[in-house]
Amino acid sequence: MLGLTLREVSLALREGKVSPTELCQRCLHFIRKTKFLNAYVTVTEEIALKQAEQAEKRFLKGETLGPLDGIPIAVKDNFSTASIQTTCASQMLKGYIPPFNATVVQKLLDQGAVLMGKTNLDEFAMGSGSTDTIFGPVRNPWGYSRQYQERCAQNPEDTKDSSDWLITGGSSGGSAASVASLTCFASLGSDTGGSTRNPAAYCGVVGLKPTYGLLSRHGLIPLVNSMDVPGILTRSVHDAATVLGVLGGHDPKDSTTVPEPFKPFSLPDEIDVRNVCVGIPREYHAPGLSKEILAHWTKAAELFEKAGARVVEVSLPHTQHSIVCYHVLCTAEVASNMARFDGLEYGHRSTIDSSTEVMYASTRHEGFNDVVRGRILSGNYFLLKQNYDRYFVKAQKVRRLIANDFMKVFSSGVDVLLTPTTLSDAARYSEFTKEDNRTRSAQEDIFTQCANMAGLPAVTLPIALSERNLPISLQFIGQGFREKNLLTVAKWYEQQVKFPLIEFQDVADHVSEFPKTTKSASAF
Amino acid sequence: MVLHCPWTMMAASSAGVCTACTIFRLSGRYWFSRTLSYNNNFSIRNVQTTTLHCQSQPQTKRKTDPRKWVGVVGLEIHAQIHSNAKLFSESGVHFAAPPNSLVSYFDASLPGTLPVLNRRCVEAAVMTSLALNCTINKKSLFDRKHYFYADLPAGYQITQQRLPIAVAGSLTYNLLVRQKWNQVVTKTIRIKQIQLEQDSGKSLHDDTRSQTLIDLNRAGVGLMEVVMEPDMCCGEEAAAAVRELQLILQALGTCQGNMAEGQLRVDANVSVHQPGEPLGVRTEVKNINSARFLARAIDYEIQRQTDVLESGGWILNETRSFDYKSGRTTPMRDKEGLQDYRFMPEPNLPPLIVYDNKTVPAHADPQQVVNIDQIRERLPELPNVRRSRLVEQYGILPEHSFTLVNEDGLMEYFVSVARETKAEPRKIIGWIIKDLLGLLKQHSLNVSQSPISPMSMAELLNLLEAGTVSSSAAKQVFQELWKGAGSSASQIVQKLDLGLLQDRSTLEQICRTVIDSHQEEVRAIRGGNKKVLNKLIGLVQRELKGRADPVQVKTILEEKTL
Repeated sequence: MLGLTLREVSLALREGKVSPTELCQRCLHFIRKTKFLNAYVTVTEEIALKQAEQAEKRFLKGETLGPLDGIPIAVKDNFSTASIQTTCASQMLKGYIPPFNATVVQKLLDQGAVLMGKTNLDEFAMGSGSTDTIFGPVRNPWGYSRQYQERCAQNPEDTKDSSDWLITGGSSGGSAASVASLTCFASLGSDTGGSTRNPAAYCGVVGLKPTYGLLSRHGLIPLVNSMDVPGILTRSVHDAATVLGVLGGHDPKDSTTVPEPFKPFSLPDEIDVRNVCVGIPREYHAPGLSKEILAHWTKAAELFEKAGARVVEVSLPHTQHSIVCYHVLCTAEVASNMARFDGLEYGHRSTIDSSTEVMYASTRHEGFNDVVRGRILSGNYFLLKQNYDRYFVKAQKVRRLIANDFMKVFSSGVDVLLTPTTLSDAARYSEFTKEDNRTRSAQEDIFTQCANMAGLPAVTLPIALSERNLPISLQFIGQGFREKNLLTVAKWYEQQVKFPLIEFQDVADHVSEFPKTTKSASAF
Repeated sequence: MVLHCPWTMMAASSAGVCTACTIFRLSGRYWFSRTLSYNNNFSIRNVQTTTLHCQSQPQTKRKTDPRKWVGVVGLEIHAQIHSNAKLFSESGVHFAAPPNSLVSYFDASLPGTLPVLNRRCVEAAVMTSLALNCTINKKSLFDRKHYFYADLPAGYQITQQRLPIAVAGSLTYNLLVRQKWNQVVTKTIRIKQIQLEQDSGKSLHDDTRSQTLIDLNRAGVGLMEVVMEPDMCCGEEAAAAVRELQLILQALGTCQGNMAEGQLRVDANVSVHQPGEPLGVRTEVKNINSARFLARAIDYEIQRQTDVLESGGWILNETRSFDYKSGRTTPMRDKEGLQDYRFMPEPNLPPLIVYDNKTVPAHADPQQVVNIDQIRERLPELPNVRRSRLVEQYGILPEHSFTLVNEDGLMEYFVSVARETKAEPRKIIGWIIKDLLGLLKQHSLNVSQSPISPMSMAELLNLLEAGTVSSSAAKQVFQELWKGAGSSASQIVQKLDLGLLQDRSTLEQICRTVIDSHQEEVRAIRGGNKKVLNKLIGLVQRELKGRADPVQVKTILEEKTL
């Protein structure tokens, strides 16, 4: 039951095969079982059960709200949730309880979704491993899968240290792990440079970064306002479209959302790609790209060609400069956005308070980790009067060039771009942490941040298992506000590759042992 | 251009190191003291009575004194936009509301909140810009200006640094030169730009308890910053210009303009130089909360800089604070030295686009767009137009129209009286400006606080006009009305028996008595010195407590003496 897609479980709910409460309890149980993954920082058990109960009443009355009614979901802990602690995995916001819901959270709740909890992340979403969090790193469920464990047994070299585990990628590692570990059916991540797509790729789930301006950022604690987009993590492309349909549209509380009305859409099951033109950007053959991923990427292109799609090589000439500019713009906005965390109105406040200035300094020193402080420092450097033109303005100009690259390619008739999402499959923690956060971010975001620079929609989906039996994913980048086209193409590809469901070795064994004694379940 | 509230700056500099701020927590623990208000309540009503320093610096004088220093003054004015809601949030705007009662999540900078531009504030800025003859930028941008201060919750102020909403305007104002002739001099100042920006909150430093208390009611209130070119030369001009701006803003309704409540805050950039020489190093004078203090602060600063230069010193480019008690400016301690505000485009706000009839999108919702042409049509009568209309309509003197318009509520008072009486407007002016305004000033009252209502004043003037009372009795009635015992003018006339003496025989009898006891004066009159007749008239009036018709008294006396 827990391995179903959102679409399937929604149908099961409708058909009475399972009740919302029962489903919720199963998920809660599994969350407890998989606690070692560290995917959740807060499990909202009481709230979830209450919401499930309400959903159940609606189902009994036959007044269901929509495809998300009664569906367990999880939300990254950088989305404000009313009366639920929202920490950004930072000392700075530990214990901070927002008085309001982020618009996207509210929309999910309004549709009857059942909130299981808040998920772990790199502090303030700054990172690509979900390793830099005050709650401890998130572990990739695939590291505990039967598929991976069996492969490891064959290659003892890989399991020199059984305590070494796989990272999820980040920064939305908790959200990706929550969907991948079957504890919920969809989760919200945020995507600034790849933070939704990167962990989705490593955890073998679908990760959608919608067009900038399509989804409200109100309530999302910002990393880079001009690039942040709420991301959607699901187990199928269809599910991502379903959640997008609920979340999309103008929000009067976010002036950067587009005013044009958004029409939710569903994807066809029968898809013909003969009229589709798929672009393969030359520049994405980046150094460090694993042979395996390159091979799958090539195979994917061939598959499209075979199905009658036009596959063309295209050039996005400014790609190579993108990551550097991303860092300048990112740190500059970070420096600005983090200025509000001074310990006065909310959040952590240092006890060292001999003067306001000293209190500011000690609060911020104690509240932020090295990564955050480092970005604030460099961001402020780039914004200094004497540096502003050389760094910030220049980076903005290059950003425009990058966006223009995409515009040119799309106006030449290309519908979607097909690229890798990551350089390789998921790394071991010990391996990943050999380099610092900044280096890793530069490597990890290499294929993903361009879409953020240009504001374009992009979706990553798992397409195969690697030699280590870990998920390998590819990314489609689409035209702005053409999510339907993008997801239709992605869905076609998803249908071709038939990516396997994760099989937990130990964990999965327990799934059948779930207690089925629930009060409301007896109502069925 | 830093947005500290004036006395915060003062407190910060005098308190030295302020200790850990005791601020509010969203969990509901609020620690606050009551909002302080300025304890001095001066407005700009003395403009026309103070002396004009700059007018006493004619060209000829400069020639004779080559070392003559001339002041150069530019103003930066923050005008709080009169609006129900703040610039980027829905919280209300009221002066002296309970601390932190008008704070939205955005105002408190809760993470994840976003600014939503208040259209009313944009319209106010456009209207003000039109009234100040500015070029409106159809597209303007918002920027973040960063600095750490306890009453700036986000750590940055949203302002318009790169591309403000309006540029290149002018302000025409009048100076009343009262000493020589009642002469009105018209002057013009160039306006560099008008920008929209957020106000900051207020910090209250409690030195005894080593606490700083923060009130965020003001945080995020919309401001129009009006930046003027250094086109003024003395405090008097600056005060007159600010008063005119204040009147314009009040006429437009875009700002209530009360300086004492901080709705209009003026910083003065002051320097001195010798004519023909480049401009000198300037200082910025802050902490000025009335036009009178503005004039004083500027004149003090001009004199101080002149003295420094005369004695061979040099001027530092610094921010100085005006202390209204001592009348001096003192340097404000700025620990960090030159601030780098690390300006950055505000990423959460798209460019601000305003339209005109030609560019407004056809399908646009009129509630969603700001149309310059429509706002221009709604522009009300501005003070200078109002003055000319008064001169034309009532045949009064320009300087009187100046006083009527510049004194809050006086024009309305005058118009009400004029409507209710047949008395000549010029006569009404005399009573209102000389008698009423004089007394109001003497008692530090506003026109709205006048114990004599326009109706009472009109009644009194009607009694005078109808010959029911003499003008000297009318003055007595006026005094009684001022005391405000609740009686009407005619009741007072009756009660005090001030009505004009109608009985000719009584009058003749009194005249006879006066003549009989003043034979010497009678002889003088008969000898041709007719002026002495006035003395006798005065004596009769004294006898009658001013109740007699002076013309009638004169006729009788003439009959009896000649």
